[in-house]
Amino acid sequence: MNSIPTFSSMTPEAGLKKAMELSRPDIIAEISASNLKGRGGAGFPTGVKWNFAASAHADRKYIVCNADEGEPGTFKDRVILQEYADLVFEGMTIAAKAVGAKEGILFLRGEYTYLRPHLEAVLQRRREAKLLGPEVLGAVFPFDIRIFMGAGAYICGEETALIECIEGFRGEPRNRPPFPVNTGFLGRPSVVNNVETLAWAACILQRGADWFKSHGTEKSTGIKIFSVSGDCEKPGIYEFPLGISVLELLKKVGGEHARAVQIGGASGLCVPASEFHRAIAFEDIPTGGSVIVFGPQRDMLEVLHNFLEFFVDESCGQCTPCRLGNRKLLEGVEMLQAGTCSMTYLRELCALGESMQLASKCGLGQSSPSAFLSVVKHFRDELMGRVTLPTHG
Amino acid sequence: MLMTERDRLAKEIKALADRLGHNRTSLVPMLQEVKRKYHRLDSYAMQVIADEVGIHPVEVHSVASFYAFLGDHQQGKFVIRLCRTISCDMRDKDRVARQLENDLNITFGQTTPDGKFTLEWANCMGMCDQGPALLVNNHVFTKVTPEQVHEILEECRSAFGQHAMERKEVHLA
Ligand SMILES: Cc1cc2nc3c(=O)[nH]c(=O)nc-3n(C[C@H](O)[C@H](O)[C@H](O)COP(=O)(O)O)c2cc1C
Ligand code: SF4
Ligand code: FES
Repeated sequence: MNSIPTFSSMTPEAGLKKAMELSRPDIIAEISASNLKGRGGAGFPTGVKWNFAASAHADRKYIVCNADEGEPGTFKDRVILQEYADLVFEGMTIAAKAVGAKEGILFLRGEYTYLRPHLEAVLQRRREAKLLGPEVLGAVFPFDIRIFMGAGAYICGEETALIECIEGFRGEPRNRPPFPVNTGFLGRPSVVNNVETLAWAACILQRGADWFKSHGTEKSTGIKIFSVSGDCEKPGIYEFPLGISVLELLKKVGGEHARAVQIGGASGLCVPASEFHRAIAFEDIPTGGSVIVFGPQRDMLEVLHNFLEFFVDESCGQCTPCRLGNRKLLEGVEMLQAGTCSMTYLRELCALGESMQLASKCGLGQSSPSAFLSVVKHFRDELMGRVTLPTHG
Repeated sequence: MLMTERDRLAKEIKALADRLGHNRTSLVPMLQEVKRKYHRLDSYAMQVIADEVGIHPVEVHSVASFYAFLGDHQQGKFVIRLCRTISCDMRDKDRVARQLENDLNITFGQTTPDGKFTLEWANCMGMCDQGPALLVNNHVFTKVTPEQVHEILEECRSAFGQHAMERKEVHLA
């Protein structure tokens, strides 16, 4: 049980103890100085998010840990919760101190129900150790965390859909703004952060912003946890500084012969071998940590087919570009597989994909065409004029 | 459904609402609990839940039907969910799927006639480095090979035991 060396090297609760000595603005200043950006995929600066919630006036505020982890190819949050749950809860408690929240909610995806007994035990142990409860570490600071189980919907990873689910509604994303930091759970200011983001927040309080900034690039500071799967020798969990090139990463995982790599899951980008020099960082190829390696034998159309079936299945159906657009793209891939797609129609599909990116209501529909567009761009010559029918079913 | 069964279900839901709170934020946890226990959310259960939470039953149905784990279809005691997403797909999930269908004699989306097993597809379940992955209720199995399928099913059957088969089913109103 030592998958993430940096997390293993942390002193338990040192970050929380430090936070208890600091004023609320000073905690936020430390997080802001580290330039920590959200590890859930969108990369919003965590310090800015906490500051919004801290300066909002309300009778109650909430800290929500997003453990819905559903992006294809992502499993780092599961490993973090299995091995470093204390660090995540410590991060949530620090966030609560910083923004003035009394209640924390861990939103755990239904597929991870088997983690719940362990997490409840950790929470109970923290209550007994006065790390949670009416007086955290003996201070005038009440805070507790409860677990809310998801019910099998990828879209509930989107923060406003997640809140809808906890409130007892269909997981349909809301318009943003207003953002959850302003109008979140039950209309109260709510910080929604990814599991990994909260764990790093605890590390930053312990080691300092300068330590964090000594890793990564100027715009993408710190270390990132990656979930690597697909055609490589050593799939699994890795920690790398942000800014690492795709090729460097592939060498570490034994996948340098790949023809393409999907970075950021089904919603991410398909990077062809000619672009393996590019950096994995918010300023180049952003990611929530999913890396899927495609070996030389892979048919990129089958990959696209799989991704688009996923999006057709998981679209909440609320807005037309996403509900119908993903279906059209899937049909288009099937036409390409059957060798019946004209170049004119392929261009129309690309234009449709671009419209979806602009016109969809939430990140699902905005990013679902990315893989299609990048495969069409980089692998066009192997898409057209196919004569054999596909074999999947 | 027999009156006594209805009464028992209603009583259980009321107790659940007393514990979780008679408000909308308890809705999803209540649905999860009823589904876990009865393997189905029928219209009677939804009506009682609606009354306890103070909303129209259509609202309850609208929420339940949205979530993959809460649909109103009857499921078996063991719900087998095989991951169909890319990383498991590249690890030959199709062969595991075929063997599951062979050994259970049903196709995906179906439940065995004895009510024991339901076979469903799932999307990525966070085990991508160890595919093919499947869930049996809340237990995860990884690196599943077609020849292990039989073993997994046998494990379910023996864990389940004879007595459990005798439990009265709750049928649709
Ligand atoms: C379709 C969709 C799915 C998402 N799934 C997740 C998820 O599983 N986990 C997560 O942390 N963020 C997910 N996000 C991003 C969240 O909306 C939100 O930005 C994030 O939880 C914020 O936390 P962070 O700033 O710490 O990254 C998803 C977004 C979209 C549009
Ligand atoms: S983009 Fe898709 S998932 Fe998002 S709100 Fe629209 S239909 Fe729903
Ligand atoms: S792709 Fe099957 S568990 Fe992720």
